[in-house]
Amino acid sequence: MQNVMGIINLNGDEKLLKEITECRPLAAVPFGGRYRVIDFVLSSMVNSGIENVGILLHDKYRSIMDHLRSGKEWDLARKSDGLFILPSGQPRLPGSKLGDVDNLYHNLDYLENSRQQYVLLSGSSMVCNINYRKAFKYHQDSGADITILYKEMAENEGEQAEGMSLILDDTGRMLDMSFVSKTLGVKRMSMDMYILKRELLIEFVKECKSVGDTNLIRDGFYKNRDKLKIYGFQYKGYFANIHSLQSYYKHNMELLKVDKWQDLFMKAGLVYTKVKDEAPAKYQESAKVANTMVANGCIVGGRVENSILFRGVKVHKGAYIKDSIIMQKCEIAENAIVENVICDKDVQITAGKWLKGEKNYPLFVEKGTVV
Amino acid sequence: MRKKECVAMLLAGGQGSRLGILTQKVAKPAVPFGGKYRIIDFPLSNCHNSGIDTVGVLTQYKPLALNSYIGIGSAWDLDRKDGGVFVLPPYAREKEAEWYKGTADAIYQNINFLDMFNPSYVLILSGDHIYKMDYDKMLQFHKEKGADATIAVLEVSDEEASRFGIMNADEERRIFEFEEKPEKPKSNLASMGIYIFSWPVLRELLVADGKNAKSEHDFGKNIIPQMLEQGQKLYAYAFEGYWKDVGTLESFWEANMDILKLKPEFNIYDPNWRIYSVNPTRPPHYLGSGAKVERSVISEGCMVFGQVENSVIFPGVYIGAGANIKDSIIMPHAQIEGNVVIEKAIIGRKSILKEGCKIAGKFVARKQEIVVLAEKSVIPSSVVICESVMPGQKINDAAQKEN
Repeated sequence: MQNVMGIINLNGDEKLLKEITECRPLAAVPFGGRYRVIDFVLSSMVNSGIENVGILLHDKYRSIMDHLRSGKEWDLARKSDGLFILPSGQPRLPGSKLGDVDNLYHNLDYLENSRQQYVLLSGSSMVCNINYRKAFKYHQDSGADITILYKEMAENEGEQAEGMSLILDDTGRMLDMSFVSKTLGVKRMSMDMYILKRELLIEFVKECKSVGDTNLIRDGFYKNRDKLKIYGFQYKGYFANIHSLQSYYKHNMELLKVDKWQDLFMKAGLVYTKVKDEAPAKYQESAKVANTMVANGCIVGGRVENSILFRGVKVHKGAYIKDSIIMQKCEIAENAIVENVICDKDVQITAGKWLKGEKNYPLFVEKGTVV
Repeated sequence: MRKKECVAMLLAGGQGSRLGILTQKVAKPAVPFGGKYRIIDFPLSNCHNSGIDTVGVLTQYKPLALNSYIGIGSAWDLDRKDGGVFVLPPYAREKEAEWYKGTADAIYQNINFLDMFNPSYVLILSGDHIYKMDYDKMLQFHKEKGADATIAVLEVSDEEASRFGIMNADEERRIFEFEEKPEKPKSNLASMGIYIFSWPVLRELLVADGKNAKSEHDFGKNIIPQMLEQGQKLYAYAFEGYWKDVGTLESFWEANMDILKLKPEFNIYDPNWRIYSVNPTRPPHYLGSGAKVERSVISEGCMVFGQVENSVIFPGVYIGAGANIKDSIIMPHAQIEGNVVIEKAIIGRKSILKEGCKIAGKFVARKQEIVVLAEKSVIPSSVVICESVMPGQKINDAAQKEN
């Protein structure tokens, strides 16, 4: 995999997740108790042996830069190769539409100067822990121009299917791609991850730019699907696409199932993130915690069920948290009740308050709010 | 190298033989502590938090785990261009090769290292205490007093005083007498084994001590008494706060239990004085529906389905349904299967305790003894263990089965 470079494109569509992404890109959204969404793809790349990763920034990038810093946690602080931050060229004006083509074009030097022959281009809304080696081998063996990674979704997972679905022939070659939303039936959902030659990517970027096209996938790959050999590679491990507050809630909660927890965190490799040096979580005498994921730095004196506590959360005696996601450094005071709630970072729920959302419509409390 | 104001020398070569099985494979400073840390994290984090960026770590006994743990010091922000952490093992010279013969000799043999930084002050630390201390305050005290040496002291109770080196000081805190484990202590200022010396003074003393064949080359036994004899200025710096020597199994166990209290004397959750450690890269831990956890700390990557009470659980531990763990310390990656009972035990890393076995110490004079299982112990199903298990010791299926 030393011959592959990674690019993580933060230029996604975040409108359905507006609450959580108000102050940060989707890639920097906290997930799974101590991570940010980007950690999963980035760690997967590193664990697969990719040593050169570019992060294509879009806007609101302070939090992602604060998270990644030198790339040391992912072993990407290197003398040659390593982590590259690729900012967009122009500031985005309200209402204007700058696509990933402009972003890539602005960073063409990086693409041209990299020494790897192949590129693994990935979106930033996917949570998975994947060994890319198999996909890369498939790409080389099949002689494909582009390999798209996909995940087969069963009928009852239909609601997850928000995004592009692939239509493949028997050999695995892609015939067509269509946008699906909440459609039932087995679908091959694109994971928004593409393997192709670096030269080819550069060609696409230049071509799209020259005719004023903005979207690399739609205007580059999809329009040329007849001329290109595009193949699909099936990934079978844990996969979650974060596209709405509901899916964010659902996929976090899913991790309370032991097999999913192991699938995502342990199977393919370890997941790295920014280290906070928090002490181990502490349970006081009055604690009563079941079916819950708890990160370091938490101090729990209350009752917690079916929930996820991020690093440094304090749950006071008499508080009750149920079916909720409590992000970093929140504090839930005495006798407060919190149910079906997503608390963003630094939220304080004062004593005796009662907050309740619905399972299919969790209540979201903005960053830093004191309730 | 640029001149440094203060360089720390951390004595980490001790075997810690009173910790028995815990130090059979690793040096004492590398012994895990508090659900996440190793003992050496405390002095190293103190250095970082006190603004000391140059630390020599003197190793000798079984240094592999310690060396690989320290690495280049990134965990404590000690990977520096100018300064940083230096592991200093004993080394051979043209004519001889010697181990460190004592605490003072260890520093003497590394005079070259200290000369490289030419510090004004040298801070001597040991790697076997659990405490949080701002060394900078002690250094200010040393400077204010114009001392040649400053010794950190802790007020201990009169009964305890005879177990320590006792400093007898005047009202100005100037030390006029030092007594090692006195039968009838005159004061209760116990030495914590933390010293600041003005480097030119210490350098001279070390060179003289190095030539003295009769000396034991020990700070407490030789250097300090000699300084008193020569009338040099020694001051006692009073430290207030939690400090625990984890030299014995009993005190090691107690110190671990101390962090569990509701209002612990020793707070490891202070964001202004973090204790840094090498990160194990594990996901948050998971407590299953049947789990019951009270008065305990649990670290990342654990899966808990049983009961845990008054215990310290290190990263990556699995605790099966129906298991009952009480007053115990479970080291990293131990697998505790269902219905296992553990009482007042220290379970070594990567041990496997099969379904339904029981680990609990005997009661001697109404006090339960601590049972220690060496790392990678395998305890067969339904076996009862009431004595410590040595490394590599094979536990027979039937041998200790409950009658």
